[in-house]
Amino acid sequence: MSNNQEYWSANLRLITICLSIWFVVSYGFGLLLVDQLNTIRIGGYKLGFWFAQQGAMYVFLILVFYYGHAMNKLDKKFGVQE
Amino acid sequence: MDLKTLTYIVVFGSFAMYFGIAWWARAGSTSEFYAAGGGVGPLANGMAIGADWMSAASFISMAGLIAFLGYGGSVFLMGWTGGYVLLAMLLAPYLRKHGKFTVPEFIGDRYYSKSARVVAVVCLIIASLTYVIGQMKGVGVAFSRFLDVQYDNGLYIGMGVVWVYAVMGGMKGITYTQIAQYCVLIFAYTVPAVFISLHLTGNPIPQLGLGSTMADGSGMYLLDKLDLVVTDLGFKEYTTAKLGNGINMFAYTLSLMVGTAGLPHVIMRFFTVPSVKAARASAGYALVFICLLYTVAPAVGAMARLNLMNTIEPSPGQNLVYEERPQWFKDWEKTGLLQFEDKNGDGKIQYTADKDTNEMVKVDRDIMVLANPAIANLPNWVIALVAAGGLAAALSTAAGLLLAISSSISHDLMKGVLTPDLTEKSELLASRIIMTVAIMVAGYLGLNPPGFAAGTVALAFGLAASSLFPALMMGIFSKKISGPAAVAGMCAGIGVTMFYVFQHKGIMFVPGTAFLGDMKPNWFMGISPNAFGIVGAIVNFITAFVVTKITGDAPEEIQHMVDNFRIPMGAGAAAADH
Repeated sequence: MSNNQEYWSANLRLITICLSIWFVVSYGFGLLLVDQLNTIRIGGYKLGFWFAQQGAMYVFLILVFYYGHAMNKLDKKFGVQE
Repeated sequence: MDLKTLTYIVVFGSFAMYFGIAWWARAGSTSEFYAAGGGVGPLANGMAIGADWMSAASFISMAGLIAFLGYGGSVFLMGWTGGYVLLAMLLAPYLRKHGKFTVPEFIGDRYYSKSARVVAVVCLIIASLTYVIGQMKGVGVAFSRFLDVQYDNGLYIGMGVVWVYAVMGGMKGITYTQIAQYCVLIFAYTVPAVFISLHLTGNPIPQLGLGSTMADGSGMYLLDKLDLVVTDLGFKEYTTAKLGNGINMFAYTLSLMVGTAGLPHVIMRFFTVPSVKAARASAGYALVFICLLYTVAPAVGAMARLNLMNTIEPSPGQNLVYEERPQWFKDWEKTGLLQFEDKNGDGKIQYTADKDTNEMVKVDRDIMVLANPAIANLPNWVIALVAAGGLAAALSTAAGLLLAISSSISHDLMKGVLTPDLTEKSELLASRIIMTVAIMVAGYLGLNPPGFAAGTVALAFGLAASSLFPALMMGIFSKKISGPAAVAGMCAGIGVTMFYVFQHKGIMFVPGTAFLGDMKPNWFMGISPNAFGIVGAIVNFITAFVVTKITGDAPEEIQHMVDNFRIPMGAGAAAADH
């Protein structure tokens, strides 16, 4: 595989990981498993409700910054930076 | 100083600021007009995306929706933020690397086809125009409620303001105005929320206040109290109430996310940054600025609902006497958005879920954010600020949408397809004229909504999700999808979505033409028309794959082009020809 192809597969792996987390916190915790998680409480929040109205958004934020940071490192590693 | 004078000063002061910025940042070239010269830093761009993105729907309607839907309102919170994850990872860096001005231009290049470009222009105009009507309506409503100006006149003033700074400044002027508008709107949104959270829970941070105990000494958690109050009156429990069935919430969230990533006025903003790295970073900053409002909104919604309930029934069985109702109650009654009918004739207000005994016959969801400062007895300058914030949200989004529409016509349709030998100067003039026309069309539709504007914003997401997003994503992540396949996919996707919407909501929303009626039993798997975009997107993907099998893969040089925009190396400023 050429350098650029390896770079692209590394990127695809990273995207797969990030989007899996993205899916789990929003659709998993916030929607599909909400009733189960609601039996757990943090302060006044039921956990499932917290993920749907607060937690998922915080995780989204972390994901976008982490992806940008990790991609900048990949760019340098494969020598394809601007 | 009385409230009206103060509101006039704050609102027109903010307009003067937008004009000043637009004059200072006016566009001199097509590159500045379409992409702000490619020189906007990631932090500034993130802020501009925030204002571009957060419309009258986010500012005025969303917290009110959450207040009445409870947990079901989560689809808007997750849907309208989660799309930025898709945008940051699947689209923005590659579109920036390719380095063109508009979304249809990218589609035309990648699918080596003028017809693909034209189809993309049509999809873009349908989605953006649906969206801009909602903003124009928001401007008219904000004026009529706060400044005692008639709805029509309010709309004309709004059209005039957008015209001045969008037509003069293009993307460059819009960008810097949006930065100012973001500051106005976030300040206007959070200040009342902080006061209310402090008042109800003793915690000034609304995100924490929502999970805290009440400050009334009962030691009860705010959300438990809210659950108790609403279920006592027969409403669904706040923290668990679902929106339709589980499939509907899933599809709705996914449609909003994919639609967010596919809306051209947001994607366009990524053409204004100087590098691929900056494109990734500005998606992150944009999400920070958006989440500042979106994580506060659920607190605003829940607290507004609680305040409303407490005002009407301070303790169980002790209902408010109608003659003793507070001033804000009277003010909103005048607008007709709040209506009381004394059904049992006891002079007191009963607010219940039961239609036969409920006396609050109308509580418009949109008043929650606007009435919030008054309900919480906040000073007049906060109320004036909320008016300016609502207008900033509506105007900034309208400007972004109008630019997306006008650039797709002048750059893609005229320069790209119809009259390729257009000089830069005439192209610039053309896009200004087209933007003027677009403002007038949007204003006309805002004045004459044929049952049109209601619910159209959510619809715009479905349309973008089913047409543009799949074409863009396949263009980047598959080298093989062919031109005819993309055209067929976009047509099938947007076609299916529009067909579903029209059969339930009426053809072009004209009442009486809905041949299946707006009836839940007729919904496909319980999915509401607003949530149907994701089904359209799946149809789009499948169609494109099948047609590629028939037509054969995209040619060699296109596959090389895809290889090229997958790596950041060699990105220059966005330019029309290189």
